[in-house]
Amino acid sequence: MSEKKKDELLVDHNNDGVDRRGFLTCMAWAGTGALFVVQGGVPKSYSLSSLLKLGPKTATELSFVQISDSHMGFSKPANPDVVATLNAAVDKINGLATPPEFLLHTGDISHLSKPEEFDTVDQVLKSASAKNVFFVPGEHDVLGDDGKQYLERYGKGSKGAGWYSFDKKGVHFIGLVNVLNLKAGGLGTLGREQLEWLASDVKHLKSSTPIVVFAHIPLWSVYPEWGWGTDDSAQALTFLKKFGSVTVLNGHIHQTLQKVEGNVTFHTAASTAFPQPQPGKADSPGPMKVPAEQPKSILGITDVTSVRGKHALAIVDSSLA
Amino acid sequence: MRRRVSTGVFLAALGLGIAGLGARAGNVTATAQTKPETRDVTIDNFTFGPADLTVKAGTTITWTNRDDIPHTVVNTDKVFKSKVLDTDEKFSFTFSTPGTFSYFCSIHPKMTGKVVVQ
Repeated sequence: MSEKKKDELLVDHNNDGVDRRGFLTCMAWAGTGALFVVQGGVPKSYSLSSLLKLGPKTATELSFVQISDSHMGFSKPANPDVVATLNAAVDKINGLATPPEFLLHTGDISHLSKPEEFDTVDQVLKSASAKNVFFVPGEHDVLGDDGKQYLERYGKGSKGAGWYSFDKKGVHFIGLVNVLNLKAGGLGTLGREQLEWLASDVKHLKSSTPIVVFAHIPLWSVYPEWGWGTDDSAQALTFLKKFGSVTVLNGHIHQTLQKVEGNVTFHTAASTAFPQPQPGKADSPGPMKVPAEQPKSILGITDVTSVRGKHALAIVDSSLA
Repeated sequence: MRRRVSTGVFLAALGLGIAGLGARAGNVTATAQTKPETRDVTIDNFTFGPADLTVKAGTTITWTNRDDIPHTVVNTDKVFKSKVLDTDEKFSFTFSTPGTFSYFCSIHPKMTGKVVVQ
């Protein structure tokens, strides 16, 4: 789908003369790699070319980039060179006007949990401008050993299967693991131990603290038929009810989707490896082959900015094209 | 006289026939270990096909992954569990005891199947 408009499209999210069609157009653009910004609770979309004109964010307090689903080791028609596309993602990161303070990788780092696959991702990410990378595992990262290798590599300081939290410039980040102990016929799962930890982790935080939760499988019900959801995420969200700003960043579905529910903004990132079909638009959520010239326009990164005093984080998806 | 001959011939023929039967029966006995039954399940489009299978005890089922994404075959009671199967990789299991065996893909748990062994 080609860019239709060059201008900004301002959409009032508060239902005062809401431009519903404009909002839905935004969502369609997000799927093809256009830009979607949520700032101060108001979604704004930008054409790709104007992103570069945004310039340094003077009011910026904190910016970071979410990447996801690098699937290192995958080599099938949908993308025979996932190293190249991950490198393209790093180039994109390095081309941002404001270097991000760190990266969040929302899982499926590797394709088959092989050591060399993890090694390659680590190697490629070394050339990113942001030197700190925070990970959560995807189901492809915990194959055969219940996540033991993942924990050895990326789980320092984490609890249980690899959950943890940290603070950056007043924003509280929480990494959750929902890809282990999956039950037959079920979705992603957090489990009691992790939920109890989460409750205690946020208990003493002021409700004005911006929260960012990141986990691999969506923490909202995107499309349960394809396993795109988490069985016990509703409980997790009740622990976060008191906060004025909650941003949930997920991966797994290899496309950008966004949903706002009260104080919670849910966002899924594109993959840096291969796209997957939109919910229900294919027989199964497998790797989607697209015409040769398209792949980079539907793979991408997500730039996130937190501006102190603003309600919601600004989330900008950009494609690798 | 003729009748006796006929009877004799008849009896002889019968005898031969019975012997023949015996011989055939003997052949069957010699290969009493009939070829073990095998059945195939294809994993395609995030689906086990056929998802429900009923087989005789002693049957070996072979799962083959035809998807571009890896899958596993894991019994909910942990009686069998495949390694991760990439495209075109296979996993086989011989079901020697009767029962119902539900299984799923541990990577994509929405994928489920069932084997009923009689």
